[in-house]
Amino acid sequence: MNILFPDPLSAVQDMGRTGHAAQGYPECGACDKYALALGNLLCGNPETAAAVEMTLAGATVQFDQDTVIALTGAACDAKLDGQSIPLNAPVRVPAGATLETGMFAAGLRSYLCVQGGVDVAPVLGSRSTDQKCRIGGLEGRALRKGDRLPIGKPAPGYAFSRAARAAKVLLDKPWLMRPRTAHAYLGRQVIPLLRAVPGPQDDAFPSESLRTFFSGLYAVTPDSNRMGVKLSGPVVATKNGSDILSDGIVEGSVQISANGQPILMLADHQTTGGYAKIATVIAPDLSAAAQLRPGEPAAFRPITAQQAVRLSRETAQQLRHIKELIDHD
Amino acid sequence: MEIDIRPVGACGALAELGSQISETTGARVAALERAVHRAHIAGITETVPAFASLLVRYDPLRADYDGVSAELRRLAGDIAAGNAQAGRTVDVPVCYGGAYGEDLPAVARHAGLSEEEVIRLHSGRTYRIYMLGFLPGFPYLGGLDERLFTPRRETPRTRIPAGSVGIGGQQTGIYPMESPGGWQLIGRTPLCLFAPGRDLPYAAGDSIRFVPIDAREFEQIAAREREGHA
Repeated sequence: MNILFPDPLSAVQDMGRTGHAAQGYPECGACDKYALALGNLLCGNPETAAAVEMTLAGATVQFDQDTVIALTGAACDAKLDGQSIPLNAPVRVPAGATLETGMFAAGLRSYLCVQGGVDVAPVLGSRSTDQKCRIGGLEGRALRKGDRLPIGKPAPGYAFSRAARAAKVLLDKPWLMRPRTAHAYLGRQVIPLLRAVPGPQDDAFPSESLRTFFSGLYAVTPDSNRMGVKLSGPVVATKNGSDILSDGIVEGSVQISANGQPILMLADHQTTGGYAKIATVIAPDLSAAAQLRPGEPAAFRPITAQQAVRLSRETAQQLRHIKELIDHD
Repeated sequence: MEIDIRPVGACGALAELGSQISETTGARVAALERAVHRAHIAGITETVPAFASLLVRYDPLRADYDGVSAELRRLAGDIAAGNAQAGRTVDVPVCYGGAYGEDLPAVARHAGLSEEEVIRLHSGRTYRIYMLGFLPGFPYLGGLDERLFTPRRETPRTRIPAGSVGIGGQQTGIYPMESPGGWQLIGRTPLCLFAPGRDLPYAAGDSIRFVPIDAREFEQIAAREREGHA
């Protein structure tokens, strides 16, 4: 796969470099993990295979072998040799063909999954690009014009026709294309309601601050990146400042920084941090959060840890359902 | 031992074992982490120790918060207060001053001590590793001699060489990889501390002792380290 023209943030990602946080290795991996899993299933890969994550501007890519691809995540009018192709569906690609995603129409991150997966060398069990540590992906960096990505061997037993049929089911049941998140509407504006479990430092905040956080409307600021979505909105005051003894962070942790504004941690987050964390957004809703563009709104809703586990299982069940449609007649 | 457990979304439980940085709390964190690993609890995917807490991550498809919390309470109950197992003490060779630690004169001036005195104080004790973070292999160390407390540089450096040993405020530490940073650099270790796939020579719960070496020894060890990774 030849990268003819990448957006500046295009990089190889899989489900992340997990299990090494105690040594200080950030997880990295796709920000929208559901989109990556879906794209992989559609082209016959394990959910965890590596793909190219593109951001906003998209990329132009040429294939030097016959293959199957799937584009998931952000909406775009992708063209293969000038012909529009469907998203969230398997697409046959002849050797020599060129894919042009164009600028995304909605959403922030798109995943280009290829049958066999992007086969760069794994580092600590993952192919994800970690740009800070300069490991994983292609030389630990974002993709550049002229890069060539190796493609792995396709898994046996894949039937394109079954995957295409599953994609039709997705068209009829569009809610299967992403985790079921809740939304509110303000005029024509759609506001994702990010479900979050209060804590672990919710006791660092007076109860009116918790009410403010869970009822306020926030907007994504332009200095957001793969480390975190920085939000601006109603100030969340602490009892005695936002500094805590540093402790472990997960993807989804919401820190309140010194100025009272929330930062929602994404895939490239540091492993530990010293700001009080008011809540943790559940994994299924991180897909919606990862697709938010600067200026777009978001709000938080409290749920319990028990509900959070149940919702995570529902999302996994949804992906299993799609996998069964693809694997069996 | 006392334990306070809090939820971290759908995939974690944070076990809080104290409210300040101390040897005792650090030992509790290390003891609980060892107990969790020994217990091989289904669905627990990883643990992240910090100054006074242990983050226990689980796979929500195989475990849930109530089950993990109950296990952590049971394990904490089994750990006797005086039962803390001592970690290892790891020697880290450091070439102090000169081109290896350009801020040694500034640290000495700030402390009103000679450079030799700074080296003696810095290398003359062991430092507990409370946690690793910020960068892979970056140790948060406790126990810096108060006389060596030095404010961070007014202008952070954009490039600090890998292996640099520095002082930032009340802390001392090692930069395992090249990075920007504002700490005062007093020396450098030739040990290669950033080598994905190879175990670090230390972990949280261990202690570090800085051993002064000269430039010739630095180059010898550095050459051996390069060979070890070739």
